[in-house]
Amino acid sequence: MAQGKRIIYPYIPNSAPKSRQEMLGAVGVRDVEELYREIPERLRLKRPLNLPEPFVSERDLKRHVQEILRRNKSCEEALSFLGAGCYQHHVPAVVDTIVNRGEFLTAYYGSTYTDHGRFQVMFEYVSMLTELVGMDVAGFPMHDGSSSAGTAVRMCARITGRPEVLVPESVSPMRMKVLENYCRSSEVKALRKVAIRWDTGLLDLSDLKSKLGPTTAGLYIENPSYLGVIETQGQEMADLLHANGSLFAVGVNPMSLGVLAPPGHYGADIVTGDTQPLGVHMHYGGGACGFVAVRDVEAHIAELPPLLVSIADLEQGDGFGFNLFAWAERLSYAARENAKEYTGTSTALWSTANAVYLALMGPEGMREIGETILLKTRYARDLLAEIPGVRIPLEGAHFNEFVANFDGTGRTVRKINAALLKRNIFGGKDLSKEFPRLGQSALYCVSEIHTAEDLKRLAETLKEVVR
Amino acid sequence: MSREIKLRKYHAQVWDEPLLMDLSVEGQRGLLVPRAEEEIRARYGSAQDLVPASMRRRRPPDLPEVAQPQVVRHYTRLSQMTMGNDVSNDIGVGTCTMKYSPKVNEQLCSLPQMADLHPLQDESTVQGILEILYRTRDFIREISGMDEVSFQPSSGGQAVLAAASIVRAYHKARGEGKKRNQVITTIFSHPVDAACPATAGFEVVTLMPDANGYPDIEALKAALSDRTAALFVTNPEDTGLYNPRIDEFVRLVHEAGGLCFTDQANANGVLGKARAAEAGFDMCHFNLHKTFSSPHGGMGPGCGALAVREPLAKFLPVPVVAFDGKKYRLDYKRPHSIGKVRDFYGNVQVVLRTYAWIMSLGAKGLETVAETAVLNNNYLEKLLTAIPGVSISYGPGRVRLDQIRYSWEKLTAETGVTSEDIERRMTDFGIQAYWTSHHPQIIPEPFTPEPTESYSKDDIEYWAAVMREIDREARQDPDRVKSAPHNGVTGKIDESAMLFHEKCMFTYKKYKRIKQAG
Repeated sequence: MAQGKRIIYPYIPNSAPKSRQEMLGAVGVRDVEELYREIPERLRLKRPLNLPEPFVSERDLKRHVQEILRRNKSCEEALSFLGAGCYQHHVPAVVDTIVNRGEFLTAYYGSTYTDHGRFQVMFEYVSMLTELVGMDVAGFPMHDGSSSAGTAVRMCARITGRPEVLVPESVSPMRMKVLENYCRSSEVKALRKVAIRWDTGLLDLSDLKSKLGPTTAGLYIENPSYLGVIETQGQEMADLLHANGSLFAVGVNPMSLGVLAPPGHYGADIVTGDTQPLGVHMHYGGGACGFVAVRDVEAHIAELPPLLVSIADLEQGDGFGFNLFAWAERLSYAARENAKEYTGTSTALWSTANAVYLALMGPEGMREIGETILLKTRYARDLLAEIPGVRIPLEGAHFNEFVANFDGTGRTVRKINAALLKRNIFGGKDLSKEFPRLGQSALYCVSEIHTAEDLKRLAETLKEVVR
Repeated sequence: MSREIKLRKYHAQVWDEPLLMDLSVEGQRGLLVPRAEEEIRARYGSAQDLVPASMRRRRPPDLPEVAQPQVVRHYTRLSQMTMGNDVSNDIGVGTCTMKYSPKVNEQLCSLPQMADLHPLQDESTVQGILEILYRTRDFIREISGMDEVSFQPSSGGQAVLAAASIVRAYHKARGEGKKRNQVITTIFSHPVDAACPATAGFEVVTLMPDANGYPDIEALKAALSDRTAALFVTNPEDTGLYNPRIDEFVRLVHEAGGLCFTDQANANGVLGKARAAEAGFDMCHFNLHKTFSSPHGGMGPGCGALAVREPLAKFLPVPVVAFDGKKYRLDYKRPHSIGKVRDFYGNVQVVLRTYAWIMSLGAKGLETVAETAVLNNNYLEKLLTAIPGVSISYGPGRVRLDQIRYSWEKLTAETGVTSEDIERRMTDFGIQAYWTSHHPQIIPEPFTPEPTESYSKDDIEYWAAVMREIDREARQDPDRVKSAPHNGVTGKIDESAMLFHEKCMFTYKKYKRIKQAG
């Protein structure tokens, strides 16, 4: 036992001597060390851990952590145009209030009886999400957009029994890193790139046609694409794929679906994406919340890896409850290595945020925010296009994001962004390394948080910076 | 026992709360959002014209229309019908390490300097959070004895997947990628230790326990070959038994040319006491949402911190946080990396909470966590084994660490009351349902409580008293137990529907359709 004065830890009730002594007595040992006798000496750590002195008082701890965090500058303290997979939107106060309810925050596995409320939230989340994306079934949320895309891609191969999945060349390199690792040594033997048209940003249908064959399990696209372009040929792709016996998987930004047709309306078999835009703070990327949705087709549902929550009748009375064990044989909890991929802890708190967000927004809120984002994205795009030397290389319609090219200014995006940062603006994501063929380009993200004044300030500042 | 235990006359909040969709009133609004300014609207007219015709949404999503006070009330009521750790005693939820999540850490996480950071900000604007990541990395290195850490995996499962990906990359780099295609695990290791290697393309070989409940070392020897890629095990296993020959297992696997990973989901009892390094492991992971106090969030977001020895560090997901003595930065120049297992850097807010938790406890505090968890578990064992229907499989006289897998086998044989019946009944006393076990249920009628350091002596005694009461009830009035819950939010559900695809109702739309069809 440690020598000297013992600290009594507020988080550890039985660190107080009285209860500790009583329990040691009841267990029949003098020293808690005796309870470690099953661990052989040679496997024990024979010295104290080398960790900094703690801040045992809450006040000192808070001050210490705050001092470190103060070295960050948040997007709330600057004017940010960063997107590329993580999005700054207004998070309604109601959402923050509900997700910080201790009952939701500190629950875990529980049961559908004790946690009825949490499972009702989950059922409502699934109901609203599937309605938004135009599909029938989704499970518990998954980790993030990219790993969910990985599941969508692997599902294509499992459902069709074919080894090759096509992906547009505009998918972000970050996402490709996740997909490549997730598909390595799996039923997906090849991820094959399909060309896009670098004038419009749309998928090159003739290239798609040339790559379709008997080994094609499916095509995974994004709409809007990583480069912000609204893909208009969804139905043509679906028809081509289905005629070939292949599946159509679409990654979608759910924030767009008050104004854009949902993938379920243009033939998608699997819809995936990240619901972080719907009421979740960015958390330096920790706000991600993935999903995979399918149609009510048994063979497709049977390939979903996560838990499915189903509303259930009661044995007595007319109320409702929930159950979790539809197709339990899919789940790694039950089937271990024979499961469909794996499942476990994911992002339930964020799907709670999504439910509250969609409840607040309703159909009108989603339409209005979609319209605002369309208009402001277009306005920003046009303001930037007016700057000498700046060009918008992809002509297609955009939602939320667009590419701006700075080749004509003779400046690199790196230099431009450094100059913007000095004026407290976070410029768009530098694409010059990710997509060299776009030259010195940046991906600008615009949303409802930006006012017309903000966008004019960006344009004015850019004008100054590139002069 | 010091204080008489009075079983609570608990009743759950029953709001009989309708589904949100049934609260919808046409035209109501829960939130108004910014509209484009007049000058923008004048310039472009209708926003719809900015969408190519084929991509316009023709039919608005059928979302409910509910005003703000009703939304708040609805979700507050649903929260009240949820037994989080803040309101209930969930000692029963073993393998999950349910512990108190300090409120001050929630305040820190909600600061804009955490919550409103974009992952692609210039490194000069995120030095604080990078410092937190780097310092927490150092803590995890010390606690595990490993050399490098990735916080990118967002759950235990994703960490195990990343570890399996590293095993694959390691053998490939040595020219043995094709040959070494088997991962060995044990039946009492978490199911992801089998599922994730399989997801990464490995064949899985599962070792069953020997007569004493430990993984069978002879079975291991028989399983090893030049096809062995790695060993993936939990230690202590879900039985609470620490395998004292674990270093022999590791040595044998190493001699056969395999790597060794340990899933530290059950690390709470050994913090500062025993490390993966001393047992010879090459890799391990911690669930920061379990052992390190970050709230579970009702199933995430979490973090599976993956720690590896130096020779494997080059395979970790990108980026890793680097420090040159002056500035922190994200290092992507790692040509041997497996790539990524998810977007960006993982659930960074979970790492912040871990940092704050460790900094509130220090080395002595972490040891006190482990010692108290083990003492609590052994105290609970004394109380539970005094109950007639309760037994423990394997290893009589063995001391368990963080948790124990018990069995109601005797009670079931005598009364017909099963562990699942008790799981429903216990909630009538105001405590969270317990975790039985993963499948296959090797130990019959199982339950697996884990009284972490957050529970008081009174909490432990109360939990045991509920088990004792249900044991008594099962003998006197078994139907009372079988038909439970009685004081919960709802009565027992009709479980027959989930067996039929056409009867499963995953959405409100299908629920309405089936109800209307009668």
